[in-house]
Amino acid sequence: MDNIFNWIAENQQMIYIVVLMVFLGIEVIGRVPSVLHTPLMSGANAIHGVVIIGAIIVMGKAEPGNYLALILGFLAVVLGTLNVVGGFVVTDRMLEMFKKKKS
Amino acid sequence: MNNILTLCYLIGSVTFILGLKMLSNPASARKGNGIAAFGMIIAILGTIFLYKDEAGESLHNYGWILAGLLIGTIVGTLAAKKVKMTAMPEMVSLFNGMGGACAALISVVEFDHIYQANKMLGSPWFSDAVPLGHYIAIIAGAIIGSVSFAGSIIAWGKLSGKVNDFSFKGQHIINLVILAVVIAAAVYTYQSDTQVSNIPFFITVALALLYGVFFVLPIGGADMPVVISLLNSFTGVAAACGGFLYNNKVMLTGGILVGAAGTLLTILMCKAMNRSLKNVLIGSFGAKNAATGGEKTGSGGTYKEISLNDAATVMAYANKVIIVPGYGLAVAQAQHTCHELEKLLEEKGVEVKYAIHPVAGRMPGHMNVLLAEADVSYDKLMEMEDANDEFKSTDVVLILGANDVVNPAAKDDPSSPIYGMPILEVEQAKTVIVNKRSMKPGYAGIENELFFRPKTSMLFGDAKAALQKLIAEIKNL
Repeated sequence: MDNIFNWIAENQQMIYIVVLMVFLGIEVIGRVPSVLHTPLMSGANAIHGVVIIGAIIVMGKAEPGNYLALILGFLAVVLGTLNVVGGFVVTDRMLEMFKKKKS
Repeated sequence: MNNILTLCYLIGSVTFILGLKMLSNPASARKGNGIAAFGMIIAILGTIFLYKDEAGESLHNYGWILAGLLIGTIVGTLAAKKVKMTAMPEMVSLFNGMGGACAALISVVEFDHIYQANKMLGSPWFSDAVPLGHYIAIIAGAIIGSVSFAGSIIAWGKLSGKVNDFSFKGQHIINLVILAVVIAAAVYTYQSDTQVSNIPFFITVALALLYGVFFVLPIGGADMPVVISLLNSFTGVAAACGGFLYNNKVMLTGGILVGAAGTLLTILMCKAMNRSLKNVLIGSFGAKNAATGGEKTGSGGTYKEISLNDAATVMAYANKVIIVPGYGLAVAQAQHTCHELEKLLEEKGVEVKYAIHPVAGRMPGHMNVLLAEADVSYDKLMEMEDANDEFKSTDVVLILGANDVVNPAAKDDPSSPIYGMPILEVEQAKTVIVNKRSMKPGYAGIENELFFRPKTSMLFGDAKAALQKLIAEIKNL
């Protein structure tokens, strides 16, 4: 039990963020019209591309001789970038069409 | 220097929240996407140039990092730019899978670090050198990332027709067993002997991948959007695990935000189809509709075909025509031809509107995006409730490749798997013309009684080809 309490105490900042973000995430998209479900999903998809930061850190910390870390890290950077760039570009393409009809 | 990085991450986090908020409103959506992208670039650049680890050392391997970013950017941009509007859902699923794989790979590398260090230090048990919280972040990232990756790839394969639905009896129980073994292996890894702790770890990852495959395989193609949305929120959580691992606030914010928003979005999508998430995931759509499908084919009866000439005449001399687009329109890329037909009919004094079912196509909003691409005016698109009021005063309803969303079984057949789903009540119109490629059932795999009703006549053929011929006929009248 002590372990758990200690862990919570040590990570309280992070835990606060998690709890607040859960509520915020739900609140922020609570009233989205169904027309926007697809672009919103795609936009959220791009945002979770933040994993790329973890990939960059892994890659940047890899020892020059550690080929497993280098190769996997490199792969992670490529895949993460695909997620971010592809995600934002696809979302933009979808939303571009929404815009046209307004004019 | 690190203060600046903190600021970068703060900017990143705020733009994600702001971006997501703006994305849920049609007027600001595009700007919101841009803002989130801007924040992402700041966070990435900050990490590359300013990040310092606990020992105060900067990152190295810049060549590798930049090469990776460059390759990812080029391939990602090309793929996203070149993909057809109809293939958008698959593309999102694919990108989501990439993110999941990225999270899993990070965990694998981090695990390997600890494993190698432990071996060198000679600590007998794996748990000696790693705090539990740290291990949980690694293993959770590995498991969730793997499930998300494997699941997304299967979802992508299903949507692009490369993978078929596959289910067998007791599959859900087997899935639960696999999941239990995954968790057991994850727990065992932590307790294991240092020298061999990599074995249970890789078993965990391999089984998590297998679980991802089995999790998505039995789910019907029509439910894929819901599954993709769910996997999307999984990847968000996997990214948040990375946030815990590196004590990185922007990863945590972004990940959890998407995790929470994605889960809610998944539930909203289910609501639009009037089904519960549980029903989608383990509702064994396949098993049930086999029974009803068989029954229905027997009592199906006969349908009548309409000639192009007749169809052209009915439409040209109607007062009001409502077009109901579906996935068939998307597959045939017929949105532009459809818009042409609309213009032609309007010139003849016919009022033309579109009735959009919230889940028409493969994704909510799919049809709106598609018709917008063809420059169809926004105010011609009616949502389901409005359309259902208008059908009474409509002469001709033209159904283009839609099926399940107009299936009357959803209203009057309690044994139907889609019973309870709100539908477009096209039968209130005077005439219904259905364009389909064949009499094959739609994506839910169930027979559609509508096609056999007296008011309905069938116009077979690919949507684009049929529309082109129809346009030619109307011009000839």
